[in-house]
Amino acid sequence: MAPRKTPLYDRHVSHGGNLVEFAGFHMPVQYKGIIEEHRAVRENVGVFDVSHMGEFTVSGGGALEYLNAVTTNDVSALEPYQVQYSAILNDDGGVIDDLVLYRRAADYLLVVNAANTARDFEWLTGKLVSGVELENISDTIGQLAVQGPKAEELMGPIVRDDISGLRYYHSMESEVAGAPCLISRTGYTGEDGFEIYVDASRASDVWDALFAGDPEPLPCGLGARDTLRLEMAFRLHGSDMDETTTPLEAGLGWIVKMDKGDFIGRDVLEKQKVEGLTRKLVGLRAEGRRFPRRGFTVLAGGEEAGTVTSGGFSPSLGCGIALAYVARPYARKSSDFSIDVRGEKIEADFVKGPFYTEASHK
Amino acid sequence: MQVPDDLHYTRDHEWARVEGDIATVGITDYAQAQLGDIVYVELPQVGDQVSARAPFGTVEAVKAVSDIISPLSGEIVEVNDDLASAPEKIKASPYGDGWMVKIKLTDAGEAGSLLKAADYEGLIAE
Repeated sequence: MAPRKTPLYDRHVSHGGNLVEFAGFHMPVQYKGIIEEHRAVRENVGVFDVSHMGEFTVSGGGALEYLNAVTTNDVSALEPYQVQYSAILNDDGGVIDDLVLYRRAADYLLVVNAANTARDFEWLTGKLVSGVELENISDTIGQLAVQGPKAEELMGPIVRDDISGLRYYHSMESEVAGAPCLISRTGYTGEDGFEIYVDASRASDVWDALFAGDPEPLPCGLGARDTLRLEMAFRLHGSDMDETTTPLEAGLGWIVKMDKGDFIGRDVLEKQKVEGLTRKLVGLRAEGRRFPRRGFTVLAGGEEAGTVTSGGFSPSLGCGIALAYVARPYARKSSDFSIDVRGEKIEADFVKGPFYTEASHK
Repeated sequence: MQVPDDLHYTRDHEWARVEGDIATVGITDYAQAQLGDIVYVELPQVGDQVSARAPFGTVEAVKAVSDIISPLSGEIVEVNDDLASAPEKIKASPYGDGWMVKIKLTDAGEAGSLLKAADYEGLIAE
């Protein structure tokens, strides 16, 4: 099957995007270059097409209870138009997907990874109960991410309503270029920024409004999206967690609200808390410019201790960084880590939390 | 896409500037554009023997790692040490400051088997 085009395909082409196939879509991996785009987001503002992501709406009287049963975070804690990061687990506590969940006026909006849209929808449909409607609106929605310390400066004049008071992980309904939009102060880069949801037919109007704005943003592709999120130690489903890993192993315990009541996978997590984890996802920072890649072996004190799940070069730090599953006894700062990079053992240090600590998010 | 006339080229996108029995070698503008941002270059050491069509190093880009294939046979007599701290020179000046090694050729005539600029241009146009 041929890859699909997002509503912004023509813009990728006109901006000189280097297109690849990703999750069934033609997507730009870069325009001018990954490092240049990465720096633009850290220092100014960049714009990403993220229309390939999946969107579902959940409505009806039973929506809250249903969502609390199928996700790990506590949906009842959401104020109107507040947003939360969450996860959908299978019966073994494995992560089917991570997602962002919005409470709106009359429904909930779930935003899921592009690669998992079909699987997530199938799973959620299978768990439906009466009093709940679930709809897959992915094909009708265009989504753009505007990220960087100058994001608010760029967005302010082109959004109908005032965004200066929009708090981190909150959203609002407004208009850009006359097109109705849902705008949230969220993102996958660590910088201040916004994600804009608009009808697919108006996505290019929003893009054009952004690129006519001041300061002029840089178009950014999937390559920079990955280097930016990795610097923040943000997990990527499919790399850092999947259906064989639990959120506790992946270091996502903070989005698991065990006390909210029962949810799918809860019993497995309870058991893991009692018995202890056998492995943990840790951050590792390698010295020098040779960088770890997915699949490389991690050693602790010369002994094989784990495997890299996400690895790459950090443009902001100028060195290699990685996330890796490491056997529990070694998952600590005092372990003498090294990573096997194509036969050469590169020294690495345990890093708790983000590798890049100067991000501007509010 | 720059393809200087006075250089020799390989099908693996390396270039060689031959002056007497010394060849200066690097990767082409096309190669660096394909690779994207280059972060690290692993090069041989002065004194190492290299053989035509055999890898002598690697280029590590954000996206992938690629072997550098030697265009010619001989001994490494000079290595561009600047690339260790400034690999971006390869993108900025692939035929100038981005040069990688100088080889003292075993057989100066070996360069005759490499591609001329026009042939290489035809190759990358395909």
